[in-house]
Parts: sequence; structure tokens; C-alpha cells
Amino acid sequence: MKRKDFHALWIIAAVIGIFPWAAGGNQYFISLLVFLALNAITALGLSLLMGYAGQISLGHAAFLGIGAYSSGVLTTQYALHPLAAFVFGIFLSAGIAFLVGRPTLRLKGHYMAVATLGFGEIVFIVFNELSPFTGGPSGLSNIPPLSFWGFPLEGISFLYLVWAVFFLLLIFSLNLVNSRVGRALRAVHGSELAAGAMGVDASQAKLQVFVLSAVYASISGSLYAHFLAFISPNAFGLMFSILLLMMVVIGGTQTVWGGFLGAAILTLLPEYLRGLEDFEVLAYGAILLSVLLFMPQGVLEGVRRIASGRKERGAR
Amino acid sequence: MKADILVIEGLEKSFGGLCAIGGLNLIVREGQIKSVIGPNGAGKTTLFNLITGILPPTKGQFLFLGNRLNGLKSHEIARLGISRTFQNVELFAHMTALENVMLGRHSRSSAGIVRAGFRFAGMQREERESRDRALDELGFMGLAEKAEWDALSLPLGEQKVLEIARALATEPKLILLDEPAAGLNPRETAKLSETIRQIRNRGITVILVEHDMSLVMDVSDEVAVLNYGRKIAEGPPREIQRNREVIAAYLGEEANGA
Repeated sequence: MKRKDFHALWIIAAVIGIFPWAAGGNQYFISLLVFLALNAITALGLSLLMGYAGQISLGHAAFLGIGAYSSGVLTTQYALHPLAAFVFGIFLSAGIAFLVGRPTLRLKGHYMAVATLGFGEIVFIVFNELSPFTGGPSGLSNIPPLSFWGFPLEGISFLYLVWAVFFLLLIFSLNLVNSRVGRALRAVHGSELAAGAMGVDASQAKLQVFVLSAVYASISGSLYAHFLAFISPNAFGLMFSILLLMMVVIGGTQTVWGGFLGAAILTLLPEYLRGLEDFEVLAYGAILLSVLLFMPQGVLEGVRRIASGRKERGAR
Repeated sequence: MKADILVIEGLEKSFGGLCAIGGLNLIVREGQIKSVIGPNGAGKTTLFNLITGILPPTKGQFLFLGNRLNGLKSHEIARLGISRTFQNVELFAHMTALENVMLGRHSRSSAGIVRAGFRFAGMQREERESRDRALDELGFMGLAEKAEWDALSLPLGEQKVLEIARALATEPKLILLDEPAAGLNPRETAKLSETIRQIRNRGITVILVEHDMSLVMDVSDEVAVLNYGRKIAEGPPREIQRNREVIAAYLGEEANGA
């Protein structure tokens, strides 16, 4: 992890630490920040997959769903400890990601996007049809809160937990990017031919990142299920997969911070635009479109360029 | 006589109906500098792509120190100790010169996702070793001061040299240099021939594909000449220079006309 990353991390941690108290424990703001962190966790994994493995997943909401339903079904119907269900979800997601990724990542090109699109639909159908376990389209309710030694995490304490998990995964990702593994991934992105000749197994490297990103999504999904206490298949459909993809594209794929920034923008923007009422969707679309038109590298890189351009002009 | 490091037997490669290499036998001995020359389209780069597993051969086999290379993927071949450079420079964009060379250490290090993500102690030591070794190779190739430069911002001549440093970082037993002198000025080329000898002196066998004949004749122990995918001559540089068939292939004369 680099010094700049460290500073950014501290600033965000300080804001999150103070915010709930400054907002007077306002339930609305707390949920907003929880959703922001949940989206950021998934976007973080996706930004590793897109920025470093150069692959697009159109089915990441399905991994979120696998995590959420593992937690939901196992805790409500089998009375399993939430933590055990949580770990089960992680292994299930990782295993499924391995099975989906192994054949598709051997092929060059965007087979992964097509495969994950189909996979997402299959999972969506399974959630709907396995109603004895999942409750079908009407969903699964009464999921118990996450608790440690009989001490349930709700409200502000849950907010802190979600952000702690996000920070942990962010540090993990930053370490990974600046390591042998991250270098190998960037190399594959730059020249798969040369990376192979230097001993990098490109398909294995991509597969590892795909599995990792599925694990991130699963973690986010489990936390989501415990936070809302209710899940239904609609939350894990194609639309949400695309929204997650948008977060990474809007934020930028050059660094893992792009995923965080995109998650923040796409989580907070609709809330901010709510005052526009009928024009909300219009404004939302216009903003996203102009970001893509004027900052095709994403907001992070766009702002960085504007800032460095201003500095150069100022120096003259 | 030294042992054979690479033995190529009955190698054939065709792309559709086009035969790029037909019935090639080639032996490279340990510690040799062996050049493969021939007119454009003779199959030289194809030969390198076959040896390094980028392309599968249609027929024939490779033995590297007695091990069959057929069917191995290029990363597995790299791990066995064959490294290469590319005719059209294939450096990694958005990475510094040092990071490019550190990538050469990939197969000689082992940190996986978990160790790298949690930054365990062993991983940091390994990272330092990779860095030191990469700096050594940059120094060996005379690029020490450019370590932090973005690889693609270097002039072409230095990019080619950087590729050699990256290949050396893999600790190869055999290195394949694909037209290392293309795009180099005469001074850089003279330095290159010195470098190639130094690489051999480190105990690394060299196979050189090159169009610059003065370089080839200067450094090679042995030269093999390909034309239309077939070996038309093989021997010490002096003999090759006098070989009539070789001259014909290059100048386009009728070989049996004289």
C-alpha cells in the first residue's frame, strides 16, 4: 500500500467514524452509509476483475445473492450461527465462481461476459423456483441480525462493522495490486504473449481474481441479508449486475479506488436527486452520460487530470 | 563436446495450406551462441513461437535438456528455463522499467493472493529479493538509471535492451533473441554483440534470430540458414558466408545456374 492510499483511507475512516454522531443517529443516513459500504465492497472486487484482469462480469449480483441466500436460508431454516452461514456463503460463491470461470477464462475475448450473463439468469431463476428454501418470488424474511456472543449488531454498530469489513478488503486489495500477483495481472493486461513467456499463467491469474471478486460480492450479500432482515430475488437480478458494472466504469478502473468512488456516486446520487421528483431519472441519466462522454476514463482519472492541468497552468 | 540443450526433430508447422516450417532438425549445444538466419518469411519467428509454446507444432518434437516440450504451455516452458525477447517489442504498458524486469522473477517467486493481500513477512522478503535481482539485471544491461522510467517512454533501442533484461531475470538456461538489433544504431549494435557474449559467459545458451549479418557473423559459434521453412545450410559463420545456396537465397539467384 502506498502513502497516498493510506492518507485517503484515514480521511474516509474519520468521516465515517464521526458522521453517525454528527447526524444524531439518523436512521436514514445510517442506512445510506451501510448501502454505500455494501456496494463499495462488491465494486471493489469488480474493479479488480475489470481493471486488472480485463474481464467483464454481467452476473455479479448473483454472487451477492448466493451470499445473501446462504446467510438467509441457513440462519432461518437451519438455525445455523450467522457467522457459519457467512463462511458457507463465501465458500459456495468461490466454488461456483471457480466452476463458471475455469472454462470461460481459458478463452480469449469476452466469453466471460456472456457466461456470467447466463449464469446470473440461472441463479435468479433458482432463487425464484426453490421456494421451499428461498421463499420464491415473495422472498425470505425474519433473517436474524448478525450477532457476536449474543450481542446483536444493529444500527450504528452494524454501520461500523460494514465499513470495517470494507476497509479490510480495501487494504487487502491495495496490497494485492502492489504485489507479485498484481504485477502479473497488469502484465497480462499489457501483453498476454510476453506475460506467458515470463512464466505467468494468464488464465489462472484471471481465474483467481474472478473467484476473489465473487467472494467480495458474497460477503456484501451476507451483510445485506442481515441488515435488511429480508431478501427477495429481484434485488439480485441483471439490473443490479449492470448497476455494479456502472459503478466501476463511472469511478474508473485504473485503481481500486475507482470502484469505491463509483459506488459512492451511484448510491448517493439518486438520493440527492430525489428532490427533482419527475425529473429524477432524466437528471440521473444525463449525469451518467456526461461522465462517460467527458471522462471516459472514469471520474477519478477525470478529476485527477483536471487537477494536474490546473496545477500546470498555475505554475506558469 | 558439450551436451545438447535443445534438440528439434522433424519439426513441421503449417498454417492452413501454407507450410511455414517443413521437416526441420536442429541441435543447439550448451553454451553456444547459435544464429538462425534467412530471408523474410523463412520461418524464424515461427520457430521461436513454436519453441516457447505460443504456437503448437503440426508435427515433430522438441527436447529441452531431455524433456519433451510438446504440449506444454508457454508459462510452463518459461519455468523450465527458456526465455525470449520479441521482434516487435512486447513490454508491459503502464509499468516502470523495473516492474517490467521484476515480472521476469514471476516464476522464481511464489506469493499468491492470500500471502500478497495480507503482506505476510515472507512475501516482503521475496519482494525485496525480486527487486534486487531486477536491479542487478538492469545494471547488467546498462539501464540502472532508467529503473523508474515508464517502460514505453524509453527510446526503442533501450526498450529492446530492457526486454533482454526482463528475459534474463527469469534465470534462463536458454535465451531466444528475436532480432535484437533491429532499430538499433551502429554504436548500440556494437554494444549488443558484447552483451550477447557476456550473456553466454554467464552460462546461458543463446539462440539469435537476426538480419544484421555483421552482428551474426561476429558473435555466432554456429549459424543455421532457413529458407521457406527448410534448413538449407548449417555451420560456422565462415563457411556460411561462402555457401552458394545461402548466397542464392539472399540474392535471389538460381542456385544451380552457376
